[in-house]
Amino acid sequence: MSDSPAIAHGAPADAHLEHPSYLRHHFNSVEQQADTTNFAMWLFLLTEIMFFGGLFTAYLIYRNWYYPAFVAGSHQLNVVWGTLNTVVLIGSSFTMAMGVWCAETRRRRGLVLCLTLTCILGLCFLGIKTVEYREKFEMHHVPGQHYSLQSFLDPQSNPAVFAEYHDKPLALDMARHTEIYFSLYFALTGMHALHMIIGIGILVFMIFRAQAGAYTAGHVTFVENFGYYWHFVDLVWIYLFALLYLISRHQ
Amino acid sequence: MSEQAQHLESEHPVEHEHHVVNPSVYVVIFFALLVGTALTVWASFIDLGPWNPVIALAIATGKATLVVLYFMHVKYSSKLTKLTIGAGIFTFLALISMTLSDYISRAWGRW
Amino acid sequence: MSDTIVSLPDQSTARIPKVNYLSKENGLLSWLLTSDHKRIAILYLISITFFFFIGGALAGLIRLELLTPQSDLMATDTYNKVFTMHGVIMIFFFLVPSVPATLGNFLIPIMLGAKDLALPKINLLSWYLYMAGGLLALYTMMSGGVDTGWTFTTPLSTHYVNTNVLTTGLAVFVAGFSSIFTGLNFIVTIHKMRAPGMTWFRMPLFVWAHYAASILMVLGTPVLAIAIVLVALERTIGIGIFDPAKGGDPLLFQHLFWFYSHPAVYIMILPGMGVISEVISTFSRKRVFGYTAVAFSSVAIAVFGFFVWAHHMFIMGISNYAVLVFSLLTMLVAVPSAIKIFNWAFTLYKGSITFETPMLYAFGFMGLFTIGGMTGVFLGTSGTDIHLTETYFIVAHFHFVMVGGMLMAFLAGIHFWWPKITGRMYPEKISQLAAVVTFIGFNLTFFPQFILGALGMPRRYAAYPPEFQILNVFSTAGATILGVGYLLPVLYLTWSLKYGAIAGNNPWQATGLEWQIQSPPLTENFTELPIMDHEAYDYEWLENQKAKEVASVG
Repeated sequence: MSDSPAIAHGAPADAHLEHPSYLRHHFNSVEQQADTTNFAMWLFLLTEIMFFGGLFTAYLIYRNWYYPAFVAGSHQLNVVWGTLNTVVLIGSSFTMAMGVWCAETRRRRGLVLCLTLTCILGLCFLGIKTVEYREKFEMHHVPGQHYSLQSFLDPQSNPAVFAEYHDKPLALDMARHTEIYFSLYFALTGMHALHMIIGIGILVFMIFRAQAGAYTAGHVTFVENFGYYWHFVDLVWIYLFALLYLISRHQ
Repeated sequence: MSEQAQHLESEHPVEHEHHVVNPSVYVVIFFALLVGTALTVWASFIDLGPWNPVIALAIATGKATLVVLYFMHVKYSSKLTKLTIGAGIFTFLALISMTLSDYISRAWGRW
Repeated sequence: MSDTIVSLPDQSTARIPKVNYLSKENGLLSWLLTSDHKRIAILYLISITFFFFIGGALAGLIRLELLTPQSDLMATDTYNKVFTMHGVIMIFFFLVPSVPATLGNFLIPIMLGAKDLALPKINLLSWYLYMAGGLLALYTMMSGGVDTGWTFTTPLSTHYVNTNVLTTGLAVFVAGFSSIFTGLNFIVTIHKMRAPGMTWFRMPLFVWAHYAASILMVLGTPVLAIAIVLVALERTIGIGIFDPAKGGDPLLFQHLFWFYSHPAVYIMILPGMGVISEVISTFSRKRVFGYTAVAFSSVAIAVFGFFVWAHHMFIMGISNYAVLVFSLLTMLVAVPSAIKIFNWAFTLYKGSITFETPMLYAFGFMGLFTIGGMTGVFLGTSGTDIHLTETYFIVAHFHFVMVGGMLMAFLAGIHFWWPKITGRMYPEKISQLAAVVTFIGFNLTFFPQFILGALGMPRRYAAYPPEFQILNVFSTAGATILGVGYLLPVLYLTWSLKYGAIAGNNPWQATGLEWQIQSPPLTENFTELPIMDHEAYDYEWLENQKAKEVASVG
């Protein structure tokens, strides 16, 4: 594996006069710097895969053990909001990818527009999530002290959901296991939302910097690497949507 | 010294050029992802027995692959990047499958 | 011990080079805001030494309590807190960062011919995260401690104790990110910052060892992080994920915890093995036998290390089939470690061996790690594990590999590279004495524990049946000697900073790029980009260099 860019790009002896201000001194060339930070970002995403991996493991085990509870739990999630959120997030991935293209082709205003759209779509996602969380709170589906089994022991107490799915009442122990479903729902989507909040924070910072032309002068790595992070967050949601919302919507 | 450096440079290939992806590719992928979303929602409303989760995960993986290959530029990236992603997926699958194997085999009883 | 390969410059004229990474800038801020990997390594060295002695003091308390069969020195609850903090501090705040964060940080860029690590600011962040975690751990100790054992087993840690599980969990979580960023930095540097000519198979084996350990750090530590988050949620909100009353499985925590914590032991030992490769080669004047085998075995340990974690859970309630599979896989993981021992032995064979202090520690490592490793095989065999687990046999096993192995390797490395880091030699006689004292103290402390475990003394108990007392007394006596052995280096190494002999560039006449530059190195390491044109451990190349060399002035 002879992949050391230092070999390919070498170290120009007196390039000091020509090197751009954003080239850090321990690197030999701009290409090496871009390549290196790119690789570093991918490794960071690997850690994120493993971080969510633990939660996915828990999910798969308990779904296997308590399938009826998971079905009943997922019926309590609104598939319209979920689908809308998925579309919003995919859209934001699209605008982010376009943003990277704008940076690469030095379109400053286009970049600012794309980043702003990505930010707005991200906020939309969080807004919808807030609506959903609020509803769960009101229905006493948040795990912990105030968790209520009523929706599962007596499905008709929730007319909207009952009209759709005609769930049968669960036995008491299986109904208790719905709390695990919601624990995983909140842990997974909560962890995901936390990553979105951090991403939006960085996006706001980037919008200001992009406006000042920082990313359209040949140095696109920051935008590109952030783009990877954003797409990764989208990726996680693609799986969360399928696993949490779409367990079984037929009746 | 410089001759050596030149010799070494000719031995080792230069890093891949920075490939700018055409926006039309992004548009196509975007619509493909929307179609995938519609498909997976529609499939969840149909009773396919044990195939429901399989299809849901397959569609999700297909969408994920599109995002990784095109939005994240992996199709145009170096072998190292692809290897890195592979290592991550491999470890992720090891965690899930080996842990699940304990849980599934508990039901088999004692030998 | 009459033979030595040490070659120092003429002490009457030698001086520490005026411009070096230590003298470049002065003042506290130049250290606290540095991005120089060498300064960060020193920051780490000071911090981990501090935490080591706190962990050591806790060990002293444990051994004092165990002098008598009754729980008379402290209440059993307090004893639980003492061994828990001993484990947490020694593992997360000493062993995991020990070689990578100090020697790895200092040497890897130099060994590769680079000016710094790939991400110097992230490197500094790593140290701050480590300090934050460490201070949180100290706070935990002051504010009542935690008594679950370093393994935080559920449901004890989630439902049955009232102690500082959350704070300790947070401390470990934060320190975990320190580890992740260090590993990430190393992987990127090794892939992307090698000098021209430095192919993968010309790198020192020290670098290969760190590469393998870094893979484990990056892929394994996040799973520990999520396990801790889930315990925190379980404790605070009661989400039910580990709670049988709500349908949760406490064993799930153990799967997630050990998925990291088993690779963690390889994170701890692999860098030490890297040190041993360098030391054995230098003090046998011979290239490491089977370079490729040693390099690949490091990666093999990392890969296989991910597939064996449930051997810590044989008696916990996993299925019999899982026991079978994990037991078989555990046998596999012993093979690459054994390959290394064989290769080091073959390196020694027909080498010109001298017994400087690093080599003494290396010999200690080879013997003690082999014993520790072999007892690991007894434990990996599920049939014997059922009897030996949760006894002092386990305690002895992991102390043999971690203290007899890793800590000795760390000391070997510190002594070996001390002249490079500081420009000064430590005093040889007293350091050899300390090595011997450590070896004797170690064996007296931990060998009786194998016997205690085989006889059935359980671990984590403050009181024990009186028939076990004599072996415990031996163990405590050994611990006292061991303490002296660890205290001596702190004293004479500090002394050497002012009064040690000037070392010059290459006091050991070793190969490796780090020995071709001044001691202490310049901030940018090299004055011009080095081109690597010879294989690793090429002692003939070194002979040619010396023939051409002109004495350099600082």
